[in-house]
Amino acid sequence: MLRLITRRLIFAVVTLWVVSIVVFSAIELLPGDACQAFLGQMAQGKRLENCRVEHDLNAPAYARYSKWAIGLASGDLGKSIKRSKPLEEIIGPRFRNTVILGLTAALVGIPLAIVLGALAALYRDRRADLWISFIAIFCMTVPEFIIGTLLISFFSVWLGWLPGIVIMRADAPLLDVLSKIVLPVMTLTLVMVAHIMRMVRTSMIDVLASDFVMMSQLKGVSRLRQVVMHALPNALLPTINLIALNIAWLMGGVLVVEVVFNYPGIGRLSVNAISDRDFPLVQAIALLMASLYVALNLIADLLALVLNPKLRTRGAKV
Amino acid sequence: MTGSLLSIENLSIGFTGLNDQPIFIVRDVNLTLAAGETLGLVGESGCGKSSLLLAMMGYYKQGLGRLRGGIAYDGQDPGLVSSQQLQALRGGGMALIPQNAGQALTPTLRIKAQMVEVLRLHSDLAPGAWHARCLALFERVKLPDPEEMLERYPHELSGGQQQRVAIAMALAGEPDLLLLDEPTTGLDVTTQVGVLSLLQEICRDLNTAMVYVSHDIQVISQVCNQIAIMYAGEIVEMGPRADLLNQPVHPYTQGLLASIPRLDQQTLPHPIAGEMLQPVHRGSNVGCGYAGRCALATDQCREIAPLAQPIADRWVKCHEVTAARAGEFIRPAQKLLAPNLSDSELLAVEDLSVRYQAPTWLQSLRGQQPPAIVRAVSFGIRKGEIKGLVGESGSGKSTILKTIAGLQPSLSGRITLSGTDDLAGPVESRPRRCLRKVQLVFQNPDASLNPRKTTGEILRRPLELYFDLGPGVMDEEVDALLQRVNLPESYKGRFPGQLSGGEKQRVAIARALAAKPELILCDEITSALDVSVQAAILKLLLDLRADSGVSLLFVSHDLAVVETLCDSVLVLEGGEVREAGSCAEVFKNPQHAYTQALLASVL
Repeated sequence: MLRLITRRLIFAVVTLWVVSIVVFSAIELLPGDACQAFLGQMAQGKRLENCRVEHDLNAPAYARYSKWAIGLASGDLGKSIKRSKPLEEIIGPRFRNTVILGLTAALVGIPLAIVLGALAALYRDRRADLWISFIAIFCMTVPEFIIGTLLISFFSVWLGWLPGIVIMRADAPLLDVLSKIVLPVMTLTLVMVAHIMRMVRTSMIDVLASDFVMMSQLKGVSRLRQVVMHALPNALLPTINLIALNIAWLMGGVLVVEVVFNYPGIGRLSVNAISDRDFPLVQAIALLMASLYVALNLIADLLALVLNPKLRTRGAKV
Repeated sequence: MTGSLLSIENLSIGFTGLNDQPIFIVRDVNLTLAAGETLGLVGESGCGKSSLLLAMMGYYKQGLGRLRGGIAYDGQDPGLVSSQQLQALRGGGMALIPQNAGQALTPTLRIKAQMVEVLRLHSDLAPGAWHARCLALFERVKLPDPEEMLERYPHELSGGQQQRVAIAMALAGEPDLLLLDEPTTGLDVTTQVGVLSLLQEICRDLNTAMVYVSHDIQVISQVCNQIAIMYAGEIVEMGPRADLLNQPVHPYTQGLLASIPRLDQQTLPHPIAGEMLQPVHRGSNVGCGYAGRCALATDQCREIAPLAQPIADRWVKCHEVTAARAGEFIRPAQKLLAPNLSDSELLAVEDLSVRYQAPTWLQSLRGQQPPAIVRAVSFGIRKGEIKGLVGESGSGKSTILKTIAGLQPSLSGRITLSGTDDLAGPVESRPRRCLRKVQLVFQNPDASLNPRKTTGEILRRPLELYFDLGPGVMDEEVDALLQRVNLPESYKGRFPGQLSGGEKQRVAIARALAAKPELILCDEITSALDVSVQAAILKLLLDLRADSGVSLLFVSHDLAVVETLCDSVLVLEGGEVREAGSCAEVFKNPQHAYTQALLASVL
């Protein structure tokens, strides 16, 4: 057990290291350097030279990489070219907003998806299942910006209940943020629920047909207990990693939703960073998102370990 | 119905097919069971015995239902009571001991949680007394270290322990009726003996009634006083154990008993021709379900379904009772004496060791070795010899086979064929000439035959691979192969899905024969088949050896099968040879304690 966890941890660190090299080289491979890109037509003479000196671009690539990597390890993300504030201060509040958005969507969406998936499996091929599956497939196939737009036109334009876009400062207090994100959360939830629910349904159908669920039924166990105690935990095991991927997608893929709702999160920031050609910022965001993916997958693996007795106990017979 | 615990009247189970035609899995079954009585239901796969058993608990597998008839347990019909009453009945009034306990225990719950579940539902004990009761039950079923067992998860138990937990769980509700669905199938023979003696003890001490379902009449006769023989959804004969075993009346019962291979028998097991009537045809069949395979069948048998007629303490569904009792329709062949084998050795295995894992870097640093699955095994096979490889699961018998076939690399040792061909290398590195000489037949023909290829195409593959034949010769060759395994030529165009289990295994054997091999490796090739079909395959193998002088290496856990078929035998335990010699010697006069224990567990 401990060895498994250590192995996963080492693996995660190595992955991050590789990702940092890839991100750094990708930027390095672009024609010109960060200053040229940022300054554009004005990239010549003294101005270019000053910029290069300021951002230390004259050093060789390996030296710059090691400086960047050492900075990262101590929590220093680097310096923006366009923005005068340190990157931590630019990214920090927006990252918080994205995490709030993603986490809320996950907290609402995952339990909902599990319940719906289990219901669909229990009422397999009956009316409830057909409706749940139909709506799920609709939400899966329609891109999130369409769903977002549909929700805006329904709740904001037609009913007038909720604001259509989010107007707030990036560092607004938590309560303020929560009160404004109903529609973005709804959009994300709809898309995410569909994926997870389909997976839970399939897995649950398999488990419901298993010997041990039949056995629990023939022991006289009530239907509710059969489902909650015997079937569901076993049905969720194969879905944990998918759920983690979905949360990771939530954090990264909120980009479109953030733009649609004008939400000050990391997604919108990355769009701005790219259009500003602010390479250090792009680099920092890319690495941040990668760490998030790695962290979430790590958590999922550990969770799977905790929930699955077969993986957890040592010396287990296969 | 006075005094009966369970009574079933005219019960038919099945589903409604196309054109509203009923499809019968179980048809017109009548039986009664008194309190404390033990009834064994014997039948081959697909005869409906498990469906009948589950119906007693009011449970029907997906898509199945009761078509007509009635079940009464203690005066109540499990199909008509409320769901609360049904839940009280299941586990409380009657309890199931399932076939595969390993799969019937919920993997994410500790054993204790699953035991307590039954106590909470079906006993009056206060929660504080549950733990002690669990321990008492575990001691009852002779589980070692009960405290520890309660804290474990199902996968941390051995197969025998899992089965004992399932028995303890069934007993926890103090049921009046235990329903057993092949509870020892899948266990090693020595484990099976332990579980069976436990069941006998429970019967005796608790006076619980039992319905025991199995394909194995010898297992049933260990536990049950009454035996019912099921065939094609019907009970064809039912009576006290001794009567039924010693003087079987129904032609099917006689055929079934004659087809079982036994130790110390001078005759070969006698196969039953043909195969069981499929459920789809059971509805339109007006006569006796067995008429198609019965040597005594008359026109009356094909046109009128026989009714149950009493004979002394039992009853039989057969028109030809007089002829059947004369019993002259079964004439088992005498065992052939082993042919005089030449001294030339075909295969020599010397000092073979195999392990599955290479040492990890940590282990190699410490100089440790992962355990070997097979340790220093040596034996030889002569031309035309049939050698048996017996042992329980984990003894390494299949691993040896895979290594000879080149599917598993060996750690050390030598394998030589015909004195010159080296078989140490993996299958990819062997020359085609070598590959042709050694062929393999797998346990499960469903998995080893490509379902999208016809029988003809399957048999043509090895012919194309090893021989340069013209198209005309190729077709003749395929026909000849089918003929050698006693299949009609028309089977060329059929897909494996259209064949029965026995027919599929014949095709697999024909595929091995196509290469004109010198050695055929057989990995438990009859253990997935019904006994009546197995007998026919054993006979086929003996005939093939007599005709072509091919050698066989036959892996099996069934000692009686090995004794019937093989000339010599190798007894394996934990990857090492415990005893080797001719079948006659080893089985008559076993020297090693392990061989003796194995032989003692044969029922």
